[in-house]
Amino acid sequence: MSETTPAITQATLVKKAAPKSDYKPADVSPQRRVQRSFAVRLWSVRHSRLLEWFYAKFSDMFLLLHPLWKRIGYGRVEGPIKFVEKRVKGFMFDCRMCGQCILSSTGMSCPMNCPKQLRNGPCGGVRANGNCEVEPDMPCVWVKAWEGSRNMKHGDKILDVQKPVDQSLRETSAWLRVTAQAAAAREAARNAAQNTTNTGASA
Amino acid sequence: MIGRQRDENPAGIHLPLDPLPGHTSRGRLERVLRRGEFAVTTELNPPDSADPEDVYNRAKIFDGWVDAINAVDASGANCHMSSVGICALLTRMGYAPIMQIACRDRNRIAIQGDVLGGAAMGVANMLCLTGDGVQAGDQPGAKPVFDLDCMSLLETCRIMRDNGKFLSGRKLTTPPQLFLGAAINPFAPPIDFRPYRLGKKIAAGAQFVQSQYCFDVPMFRTYMQQVRDLGFTEKCFILCGVGPLASAKTAKWIRSNVPGIHIPDSIVKRLEGAQDQKKEGKQLCIDIINEVKEIPGVSGVHVMAYRQEEYVAEIVDESGVLKGRQPWKREIRRDDQLVADRLDHILHDEITETQVDMVKTAH
Repeated sequence: MSETTPAITQATLVKKAAPKSDYKPADVSPQRRVQRSFAVRLWSVRHSRLLEWFYAKFSDMFLLLHPLWKRIGYGRVEGPIKFVEKRVKGFMFDCRMCGQCILSSTGMSCPMNCPKQLRNGPCGGVRANGNCEVEPDMPCVWVKAWEGSRNMKHGDKILDVQKPVDQSLRETSAWLRVTAQAAAAREAARNAAQNTTNTGASA
Repeated sequence: MIGRQRDENPAGIHLPLDPLPGHTSRGRLERVLRRGEFAVTTELNPPDSADPEDVYNRAKIFDGWVDAINAVDASGANCHMSSVGICALLTRMGYAPIMQIACRDRNRIAIQGDVLGGAAMGVANMLCLTGDGVQAGDQPGAKPVFDLDCMSLLETCRIMRDNGKFLSGRKLTTPPQLFLGAAINPFAPPIDFRPYRLGKKIAAGAQFVQSQYCFDVPMFRTYMQQVRDLGFTEKCFILCGVGPLASAKTAKWIRSNVPGIHIPDSIVKRLEGAQDQKKEGKQLCIDIINEVKEIPGVSGVHVMAYRQEEYVAEIVDESGVLKGRQPWKREIRRDDQLVADRLDHILHDEITETQVDMVKTAH
């Protein structure tokens, strides 16, 4: 920053050079224009412990219903379940339907709302007031995630390194996926146990 | 072995160094840090041109003062020469670049390709970053990619190096040998999460980290205390980011316009009170270096002197962090010099020899 103190950034110059017109969108990013209030999202983070408890019960219930899902066919129930999931999670967490929900590891604050879609913690650009660098009016998703995780029983799951998002799972039901995976794991464990008792009996 | 410097391949300066046990890369920076020497790194201001001389000239002012040079990847989301391009030029000349990889512009397919390409050119150090948002730069209409984040990028590079595989599981014939780095910002909220985030980065593969500009030494000291308590300083080399402020006005501007840089009021006041603000800014940087180098667990400094690159040498010299050590410097080897001196007359003296003359002198 020599003599030419960058009081004007390149970004400002670009903005100034943009064609003038009467209509100027109020917000910076398309994401923010869709989402105007953060009240419900912030409520969810404040009540992360309650939601964690509820989610645990809820996933148990889904797992209990696994035979039913299987009989109807996972493919067939996907439509209605996805419809409900999208609305419910959309209302509660501003869910973006990434299809691989990690809310329980992120203090019930959806990381896909981060403009950089970070799934492993805050970037270095968080403002001093705890707001987002890209969208100055939005509280940083990860500042909230950290607060939320501190209330939770298994809040330290926030310290796990998350895999990159699988974009091919977008707009699919995370609820059904988790249930199917849990059922498969349960089945595998049961088979393994059976095998050991069988071999034990034969020996 | 004539005139050979430490950490230089005798077969050519552009070649990787001999592998050492316990080292994951064949670069100079890892050697310096693992020897326990206080490392100095800096940042090259990337040119907006296609002229390689611009890169060489900008690298030349750091000669003999720094251990590695960061090749930034469109920092601040502004277009410049790519970090891969800068690294290609720098490795040719024997410098030790740190290739920055930002997740903003490329998806996992492109990034993994660049990691291999960079490593093949002799880049030993890679710094995995998330990158600034596109709104900060000169092309706010660009599509932000952010396919990976810094953490999964680190993990991807680590998997490529240690398991010899792409993220997909496909095998590499020759895995890259890398010293992996990451960035930390101890000065931005959520402050209590920041030390744990470093832990996550170490778990993902970070071997060294460079911090954001440090202007608040007490805050950095607290952070380092927490990091030491968690035992992270044994697993990772921490380089503290420092840099000179040009004036009080710049400091205020940065504070309000560049997210993530924390400048306390005392710093602004000190600059305002000075006669020559630029000189005071430099002195301030030296003072901060002198304070942070005493903090246990700090393995080096990363001097970011954006558009004041000419001060880097002075700052490093006056702070005395190198303790008399001279980092690798690009120079003509003595045997080459000898040959050059002997042949000098052929190049410069005006002699036109005819074959007849040559036969005469031969007899």
